[in-house]
Amino acid sequence: MTSKPVFMSFSKGDIINLIVMMGIGLAVIPLVVQSDYWYSSILIPWLCLSLAAVGQQIVMGYAGQLALGAAGFMAAGAFALFNLELRLPYIPFPVNLMLSGLVAAAFGVLFGLPSLRVRGIYLMVATLASQFFIIWMIDKFGWFKNYDTSGIITAQDIVIFGKPFTSPLEMYLVVLVVVTVLTILAINMTRGSPGRNWMAVRDMDIAAESMGISLLRTKLQAFAISAFFCGVAGALFAFTYLKSMEPVAFDIKLSFRILFMVILGGLGTISGAFIGAAFILLFPVVLNTLGNEVFHGMVDATIISSIELVVFGVLIIVFMIYEPLGMAKLWENLTQKFRVSSAPKTKAQLGRKQET
Amino acid sequence: MQERNFPIGAPILEVKNISLSFGGVKAITDSSFSVLQHEVRAIIGPNGAGKSSMLNCINGIYKPQEGQIKFKGEVLEKNNPNLIAQKGLSRTFQNLALFKRMSVLDNILVGRKLHMTANFLQVAFQTPQAREEERVNRERCEEIVEFLEIEDIKDTPVGKLPYGLQKKVELGRALATEADILLLDEPMAGMNVEEKREMCRFILKVNDELGTTMVLIEHDMGVVMDISDNVVVLDYGKIIADGPPEEVRVNQEVIDAYLGVAHD
Ligand SMILES: Nc1ncnc2c1ncn2[C@@H]1O[C@H](COP(=O)(O)OP(=O)(O)OP(=O)(O)O)[C@@H](O)[C@H]1O
Ligand SMILES: [Mg+2]
Repeated sequence: MTSKPVFMSFSKGDIINLIVMMGIGLAVIPLVVQSDYWYSSILIPWLCLSLAAVGQQIVMGYAGQLALGAAGFMAAGAFALFNLELRLPYIPFPVNLMLSGLVAAAFGVLFGLPSLRVRGIYLMVATLASQFFIIWMIDKFGWFKNYDTSGIITAQDIVIFGKPFTSPLEMYLVVLVVVTVLTILAINMTRGSPGRNWMAVRDMDIAAESMGISLLRTKLQAFAISAFFCGVAGALFAFTYLKSMEPVAFDIKLSFRILFMVILGGLGTISGAFIGAAFILLFPVVLNTLGNEVFHGMVDATIISSIELVVFGVLIIVFMIYEPLGMAKLWENLTQKFRVSSAPKTKAQLGRKQET
Repeated sequence: MQERNFPIGAPILEVKNISLSFGGVKAITDSSFSVLQHEVRAIIGPNGAGKSSMLNCINGIYKPQEGQIKFKGEVLEKNNPNLIAQKGLSRTFQNLALFKRMSVLDNILVGRKLHMTANFLQVAFQTPQAREEERVNRERCEEIVEFLEIEDIKDTPVGKLPYGLQKKVELGRALATEADILLLDEPMAGMNVEEKREMCRFILKVNDELGTTMVLIEHDMGVVMDISDNVVVLDYGKIIADGPPEEVRVNQEVIDAYLGVAHD
């Protein structure tokens, strides 16, 4: 059901959701959550990886390009921010952060070029090249790491307008604001003409072209914007979660995790990116706790991590076959059912139910 | 015939000596014909005659090995569907080429693509211009939805709709482009008499009210006789007749081409 936007591309319901979520994120959580562990190990990585998943969602869920290499773009963003902060410290942090996204976007365009020729699994292999190339480049040329030989490069402190943001809570707030703003921009795009052009290319490229959509421009635009989101996500990930610069953190495994987030969360929904990221991040934690608490460490850690892989694998297959729209859709169905069954049924509601 | 709002004019589309083959299969052989501005032109012929291939050549999906195509006096050289669309040509497809996971309204909105100029940044930041453009074009699409009488399904993903409705949506998407010429590849295939009559009404109304030139492929001779100003007949990739429907109908070559080929 589409409803009329009242602010930007947001309907009344969206705005209420947004206000509630911001209230929780900016006020309730900082008041209630005291433990640094929650900020540093759960909330911050969740928000950062959700942002990267939004990027993956744009190129894969919306534009339908099976790209695999989000972590490569994250690395590009992270090292771009490191070097910008190092070499141009007088530029305000928020500007440098956006510039890091742009550096990643440039790589996105470059490695999006194969999408003009190949698709599907072949494109996946071609985009993997970006992953390896970017990591190789950072390792190969000492300049990117400022010729550091110690092996441990700490990320600079985040200072915004003279105020340092260094405690877990402060860093969480920075990440929350950036992720929220960029997510709103992403929602605006996906609900407007850019999103429709991406989806048209995804669903039927010949027809899209016949309606005047340039495949070249649309695909490269999706790659660029996707890489921008991944780049900013990577920069935040390095500066607020890892707190150090290490290319190995952005390996192919991370790219796969982001891919899984999008598939499990639901292709073609922004909320799916956040739900998928939460699941992929929290599931191993839950499993470990279970292993420790219930089985008192009797189960080997390697077995637990293989269980994790098996469960992800099975879930991905199940979702691909039965619910390509992922957990976001399940959640929507669930809340809808709840709403319908908890409220007294009026005629209008029954009518609406039949319609959907 | 009564007075038309847009009287038939000079050729808007000229196909000159085009030949197209796929490996050894000759789909079109040295064919020429013109479409006049504001007319309703039918292309008929037995299965495999090369009708769809002809539309695909005009719209730039196929590249003919020989010949040239002129649209509004301009030779279409780099025939790429998206550039040709920008010149004012739109189409529908024989086997439906809708955006299956998008809603009916969104499908039609994609047809407005060339009327929307705000770039992705303007949309991301929802500048007044981007918002206004979105509002105006949405309104335009709502009108088309109303015209086609599909209001009740406008938010449904098109993949979930029955075939006949999908055909209607595809027509709506083509109409939304407000192109000067529409190529319709069997817009009434698989429809019953009632639905066909409705479709004819839409096509004639748009032709009459907006002056849109229509080129349509159709197998139902009754429909062809009723709505077309001129008919081109293709057989084995060659044009065997070209003229008003009443002339084409009595043409011996056309009758022979259709003999032995079962058509309903
Ligand atoms: N992409 C293609 N590759 C190979 N051969 C093709 C291709 N497209 C069309 N053909 C061949 O060209 C010939 C003409 O096909 P076309 O689809 O244009 O016929 P048609 O007149 O539209 O027939 P129908 O009434 O069945 O739609 C056929 O022999 C067909 O097999
Ligand atoms: Mg055909």
